Amino acid sequence: MKPAAFDYARAATIPEALAALRDGARPLAGGQSLGPMLNLRLARPGKLVDIKRAEGMRAVALSATSARLGAALTHAEIEDGRIEDVTRGLLPHVARGIAYRAVRNRGTLGGSLCHADPAADWVTTMAGLGATMIARGPAGERAIAAEAFMLGAFTHALAEDEMLAAVEIPRLSPAARWGYAKINRKTGEFAMAIGMAVLDGPLARVVAGAVEGPPALLPRAAAALLAGETPDLDAELAERLPHLPPPERKLRAVALRRALAMLSEAR
Amino acid sequence: MDGDGGGARGGGGIGARVRRKEDARHLAGRGQFTSDIRIAGMRDVAFLRSPVAHARVVSRRAPAGADLLFLDDLTGVGEIVTRSSIPGYKLSSWPVMARDRVRYVGEIVAMAVAADRAAAEDLAERAEVEFEPLPPIASCAAGRAEGAALLHPEWGDNLFLHSRFDSGIEAVAATAPVKVELDITCARQVMHPMEGKGVVAWWDHRAGMLVVQTSTQVPHLIRSGLAEVLGIPQAMVRVAAPDVGGGFGYKCLLQPEEICVAWLALTRKAAFRWIEDRREHLVAGANARQHHYTLTAYANEQGRLLGLDAQVEVDTGAYSVWPFTAVLEAAQAGGNLPGPYDFRAYRAEVFSVATNKPPFAPYRGVARPGVCFAIELTIDAIARAVGREACDVRAENLVPGSAMPYVNVTNKHYDSGDYPASLATVREQIGLDAFRAGPARDEKGRYLGIGFATYTEQSAHNTKVFAAWGLPLVPGYDQAQVKLTPDGALEVRAGIHTIGQGLETTLAQIAHSMTGVPFENIRVTLGDTATTPYSTGAYASRGIVMSGGAVSRAGEVLAGRIKAIAAHLLQTEAEQIEFRDGRIHAGAASLDYADVGRAWYLRPEQLPEDVNTAGLEVTEGYKPATDNGVFSYASHAAKIAVDPETGIVEILDYVIAEDCGRMVNPMIVEGQTYGGAAQGVGTALFEESPYDEQGQPLASTLIDYILPGPTEIPAFRISHSETLSPHTAHGIKGVGEGGAIAPPAAIVNAINDALSGLGVRITQIPATPERIRAAIAEAQA
Ligand SMILES: Cc1cc2nc3c(=O)[nH]c(=O)nc-3n(C[C@H](O)[C@H](O)[C@H](O)COP(=O)(O)OP(=O)(O)OC[C@H]3O[C@@H](n4cnc5c(N)ncnc54)[C@H](O)[C@@H]3O)c2cc1C
Repeated sequence: MKPAAFDYARAATIPEALAALRDGARPLAGGQSLGPMLNLRLARPGKLVDIKRAEGMRAVALSATSARLGAALTHAEIEDGRIEDVTRGLLPHVARGIAYRAVRNRGTLGGSLCHADPAADWVTTMAGLGATMIARGPAGERAIAAEAFMLGAFTHALAEDEMLAAVEIPRLSPAARWGYAKINRKTGEFAMAIGMAVLDGPLARVVAGAVEGPPALLPRAAAALLAGETPDLDAELAERLPHLPPPERKLRAVALRRALAMLSEAR
Repeated sequence: MDGDGGGARGGGGIGARVRRKEDARHLAGRGQFTSDIRIAGMRDVAFLRSPVAHARVVSRRAPAGADLLFLDDLTGVGEIVTRSSIPGYKLSSWPVMARDRVRYVGEIVAMAVAADRAAAEDLAERAEVEFEPLPPIASCAAGRAEGAALLHPEWGDNLFLHSRFDSGIEAVAATAPVKVELDITCARQVMHPMEGKGVVAWWDHRAGMLVVQTSTQVPHLIRSGLAEVLGIPQAMVRVAAPDVGGGFGYKCLLQPEEICVAWLALTRKAAFRWIEDRREHLVAGANARQHHYTLTAYANEQGRLLGLDAQVEVDTGAYSVWPFTAVLEAAQAGGNLPGPYDFRAYRAEVFSVATNKPPFAPYRGVARPGVCFAIELTIDAIARAVGREACDVRAENLVPGSAMPYVNVTNKHYDSGDYPASLATVREQIGLDAFRAGPARDEKGRYLGIGFATYTEQSAHNTKVFAAWGLPLVPGYDQAQVKLTPDGALEVRAGIHTIGQGLETTLAQIAHSMTGVPFENIRVTLGDTATTPYSTGAYASRGIVMSGGAVSRAGEVLAGRIKAIAAHLLQTEAEQIEFRDGRIHAGAASLDYADVGRAWYLRPEQLPEDVNTAGLEVTEGYKPATDNGVFSYASHAAKIAVDPETGIVEILDYVIAEDCGRMVNPMIVEGQTYGGAAQGVGTALFEESPYDEQGQPLASTLIDYILPGPTEIPAFRISHSETLSPHTAHGIKGVGEGGAIAPPAAIVNAINDALSGLGVRITQIPATPERIRAAIAEAQA
């Protein structure tokens, strides 16, 4: 389990990284997903460009309405609150449930999103928050809505010459409530099912995650939440996730119910 | 507690809770494992492994000039053939690399040699091998089906062995008022020691010897095996085991990789190594545990077990391992299924089915986690059938303490102990009665349950037992050497190896008890054919009984010689000599051990005329008074919560009451029990190596093969009792395997207890969330 030979370069700036991409390099962030794929020789890039330390990739910019997080910030930095949290505890809560501390120390927000594992936590979280992906390419920046970023299992909306530079996360109000339920077999494992709900004034979002493809937004459930009604999750899941066998759909419904129950818990 | 040989008290003797001698280096990261060894000029080996389960090898080609070898290049190398004297046993011949066929995914096809492992893997990819597929046999059912493709065409079927035991069951079957039937499945597992397999071999020009440093439990056996397959004299081979990061049975086998690497060193007179990676371990090695049971049990209205009729299938893989054969598992499954229970009518048929999977290896507990699971689920099923508390029914069926010694239906000689007492202990500690009076669900809506399991652990069984299993190598007297140094320290040497079980400590404790030499001045050297006396090695929970017994005997003899010299120096009689507080006393006078060492080695003019000329160096052999083994035992009780919506099981409490005779070091007994029980939790809830119908392994990384981690392992609560064995030195019994045996049974009994109101019966391990959810859905449908 040793990788095939590759060249390695560390980019000091984003333009430098983009130039490397044009030369056929593949971005390397925390290496927590790419490393195993290299070792198993499932990935055989001739060249890697390390983007973790490129200028701006670890930047944090706060505004009244959002936080813009550099894509190379790690799960652990989010977990530890070293980055101001604009989500009233949601991001640290999710971060704490990803993998093990050793993986969280290296794994990055952007790497996780670009790896686009359907069972990964940030993929669902960002869709549930209505975050915006900031892509950088030769022509500059481009914004992509989180729910449109993942196209399918392990595929995303970036072009070959683009990279993910940052994620813009909307600031939740003090009255906001959220629920995030990850069902997994043991500590540190990927999810078997994720349910997420956010309720913030006039805004409500409900998402089923770990559904073998992009996370599924459930607008009817969200509308029911706003109306103070009990959503018919089973019906909406059956429509949105016809590819899942019924017992698998049922597990997503369980995760969603648990997430919804968290909305009323005091935090 | 104190030693009962040389009169040493407390300190680091038998029974002391001393810290392990090996821990200092391991905690500091200073252990030396196989992959830490560096030899000048050493080259790395990578193997190309078969991507298909069953195929003819049509052609193979290496690029010109590449250091890439196929079987034909390995001149003079024999195949791994494990003979057995059991009638009807069919021989497999396992080439160290594929000859004309491959029989499992992961079987070695070619060997690549390069300056480092990555380059060797690059090279291995360049081999051109063409396969012509054959129908794969991916299950016992497929292997036994009419007209099934044959793995070994000369056999005529796919059975290594079809074995039978029958004490006569018809009478019971015809009259018993209660009959329960169960169909029980245990998954294929992979052992996963922290350190995988690894081997470094080189040629020692000065000694004229092949030196093989290999991660093994059985260096002396590996020497015999290597010499045989390589066709060279045993005296030309030195096998030594460095630090071994867990073995669990995988490392008591001669591996094809060991042979290939040794052949390179032998023929090229240079250094080579192969270090197994986790994927090789998962796909190609260390397969174990996959059993299927079809059981009919007969009982009376009180739930007293009267008879058991069993069919067992063992998914044995493609070849027989050396030296433990393909049927050790079957012999133990058929022989141990009756467990700790007192009944007299038993019939068992065991099929050892050859399948297109890696060879089956004996894993900690060998067959007994499976048989314990099967018999303990049966006891609970009987209890349900007669409407009684399973713990009561279990207690009434156990062999009572008053019946000891007890010879069971399969001629197992249970030497001592009180099985019902251990069950009563865990019943009390888990709080069964209060639990039954309490709620059936917790505040989260999870169903709660308690389950029990009791087992016996045959340990240190010896010559006659292994001879009856037909093994090619039969253990006899284990040997150990003790030697007083000129400055009064003690060197202990034994051919067994420590693979994490702490023998450097426990053998020193025994030596201290026998000779009185201070524990901290005792140094134990193990596992090297060049420097240690012969032992067949560490397996079958035998180390502390066998090597411990040998150290005890050698220590006793040495103690006599020390006393004779000391008595002369102190001008008294040997009978007056006493070992105490690390010194040698006679009345008010005393000596240091260094005084005796100095007299023998440096100042021989001080020695008595009639001194024993063999000096202060003793090698002795030992085996217990019986070959039947001595039986440790334990009861386990698990309290669990099942989330009916997710199928996830949480272990809320887990108690163990064990008895392994005299404990040489209770802390080490507890460590062995914790570790074994942790593996048992894996067997119960997590670990599974599934294969598809094409014989492709579906778990080839640790993403798919789930091992329990610290948060899944409960804080086991252990209590001890010490019923001495009448047959062994100091009354010691083995304890290395036991912890792993009972958890699947106790945990699944607890799950079934929790879900009994829903009518759910889990009879398959691991009890995964998917299986539990499916069983609940089925029960509700
Ligand atoms: C044992 C283990 C358990 C895990 N458990 C979980 C879990 O429970 N939940 C979970 O969500 N994740 C889990 N993960 C995955 C972990 O979160 C990874 O860190 C993450 O998926 C990848 O992040 P990385 O920074 O390591 O990316 P890398 O491995 O470096 O890269 C991943 C992929 O993204 C590409 N890439 C990286 N950064 C960029 C960028 N900025 N722009 C474009 N492409 C980029 C790379 O080229 C590569 O294809 C687990 C991983 C391990 C090893």
